[in-house]
Amino acid sequence: DIFCIYLFSNGISFSVDSVFFLSCETIRTNKSLPGLRGLRNVENIQYLSKTSKSRNSHKTGNRLVYQNLITNWMDQIVKENPDVVTKVDYGKTYENRTISLLKSERGGSSKKAIWMDCGIHAREWIAPAFCQYFINQLLQTYKTDPKMEQMMKNMDFYVTPVLNVDGYIYSWTDNSTRLWRKNRTPGPEGCECLGTDLNRNFYANWGTVGISFDCCSNIYPGKSAVSEPEAQAVTNFVGKRADEILCFLTIHSYGQLLLIPYGHPNVIAPNENELMEVGLAAAEAIKKVHGKQYTVGTSPDVLYANSGSSRDWARLQGIPFAFTFELRDDGTYGFKLPEDQIQPACEEAYSGALHIITHVHDKEFIKPTGTAATVAATLWTTMMAVFVTSTVIV
Amino acid sequence: MRLKIIIVLTILTGITGSPSITIRPEVELVDNKQRISEQNLVTETDEVVEDVMATGELNPNHYPAQRAAKVVQHYINTLYGSPFKVFHLHRVHSGNAEDVADSGRKYQLEISVQEMISNTSGKCSAEVFFSRGDKQHSPQVQVMCEELLKINTTKEEDAFYQHLKKNTSLLSAEYLPDSHGHIEPDMKPLWHLASVASSFIMLNESTQDTLFNMAQVANVTQLATESDQLKFEYLILLHEMVSQEIIRWKLLVSWCPPEGVKVLQMEKLPHCHECEKPPNTN
Repeated sequence: DIFCIYLFSNGISFSVDSVFFLSCETIRTNKSLPGLRGLRNVENIQYLSKTSKSRNSHKTGNRLVYQNLITNWMDQIVKENPDVVTKVDYGKTYENRTISLLKSERGGSSKKAIWMDCGIHAREWIAPAFCQYFINQLLQTYKTDPKMEQMMKNMDFYVTPVLNVDGYIYSWTDNSTRLWRKNRTPGPEGCECLGTDLNRNFYANWGTVGISFDCCSNIYPGKSAVSEPEAQAVTNFVGKRADEILCFLTIHSYGQLLLIPYGHPNVIAPNENELMEVGLAAAEAIKKVHGKQYTVGTSPDVLYANSGSSRDWARLQGIPFAFTFELRDDGTYGFKLPEDQIQPACEEAYSGALHIITHVHDKEFIKPTGTAATVAATLWTTMMAVFVTSTVIV
Repeated sequence: MRLKIIIVLTILTGITGSPSITIRPEVELVDNKQRISEQNLVTETDEVVEDVMATGELNPNHYPAQRAAKVVQHYINTLYGSPFKVFHLHRVHSGNAEDVADSGRKYQLEISVQEMISNTSGKCSAEVFFSRGDKQHSPQVQVMCEELLKINTTKEEDAFYQHLKKNTSLLSAEYLPDSHGHIEPDMKPLWHLASVASSFIMLNESTQDTLFNMAQVANVTQLATESDQLKFEYLILLHEMVSQEIIRWKLLVSWCPPEGVKVLQMEKLPHCHECEKPPNTN
């Protein structure tokens, strides 16, 4: 019941929380808990799973609660913002769960968009929390912030709170599954392990660097490019809309990094300079929030070479801005970011994401009437005048 | 004069062009080349990447300096860490690498290190030597830090030590931190002790191709001893960043304030394949 605790204990209060409030309330009224901390008690969570009429054993109690909560939260957002948000189901996981995104649609035929996905790796729990935070922020600020209102009119936002639903829910089962990374597809014939690393499965230099064909490896790229249903879902949806999408942001943890394409050391994006510039400015914005340092660069420079990532695939589709966010922390807690860091982690990441989105938006929609053009025009006119004058004199 | 003006005008045209066109990058030649070659590509291995290891002045934000600096963190913890003193790499300010004959590579680093409990930072100068070749030794480290290592935690250490020595029951705990990053306050010293103990392993296991952090203490059990030492058996999960693997280690650890942390036995446990199977439900 992680989102209930996080959103409440960090003081965000708006009606969106009501679905969680309901779940928390059920427990509270029946068990008279002193506070939300009590919700981490497995017994209470199992109580919740019984009241929500789900069958099952202790082991899967947490998972079923969470599964309902993801879809419930998304439905609640749509219900409370019907003129802005729709839920789009765009794929199925291996275990046949629905992969959904929330689409914000304010403009008429805007047809430019921003893509964000979270939770491609199961154990990176701060990522789905950030997607939720991001959506909440969008829906709160567009009413009062003219810039956000403008951006939401000009661009659609596609946000997938959890892409690897099977893996994520599996990581909720108990303490021993917490560090699961891959999806839950069975391994190839004869393999005693399961799961494919979805962020090595995309059709982008697939199977070349930063992978292992040992099917037990955490960087196993799958039996072929885009073999995995979760990767197929993104490939199909984004592929059809590649011309619309200005910016592709994929959210991970941990490491405090902003990674730009490409993962292969010998492949360079033609707009690498601009990507670095925007990335560095985003990192500055992040630092202003809580002082955290985020390093910007290509994967092979800053972290490690890799192939088959969703970010690389997106860039290859022609989506000009593609970034991987690696959120807090830098190794102390790693994947298990403590609750009191969730709010600040989301705040700073939002600042960074917003910077990139604003740049991308302004580049597309705001024709330069600013200094650069004026200087050029003035220079031109002056030189022409001089030329004409000198011709006449001579 | 006129010629000069013409030339200047021509150049200006070229540079300023027309500011109102927004050029949307098409799929670039580089990408086409890459896409075509992808189909013909025989599996490349990581050797392509490793041959081009940086030498000379290093970019402090890039992985070679960062990985070497992490090794320094592990080293400092093995020497100076305790249940009340844990060091963490904060920043790499500058770095330099040079090959040493055929025997390996030496890094020189200027870094900042933070002590996590007192939240104090200090600068350190360090040298890390990674050996190359058949005999894989653990990296060799030398470090000099201003002030930082002199942090006094004697009071806390003695109090904790006395408390455990007097206690008739033996401590045990599991899953530090829990799935939500939470650690009970009176378990924190055991978590810190685990960080220090696992630094011994992480130091031993580090190469230029790895980056280790402790992911979790799966369980810890205090063992009875007759000596002055306190003894603990730990099952620790390490996260290796490059392979993204979780590696399980069993450790026998001793500690007492005057002697510091010692790892008496260490055993790498096999990957738990059985753990991955779906539960028999649904």
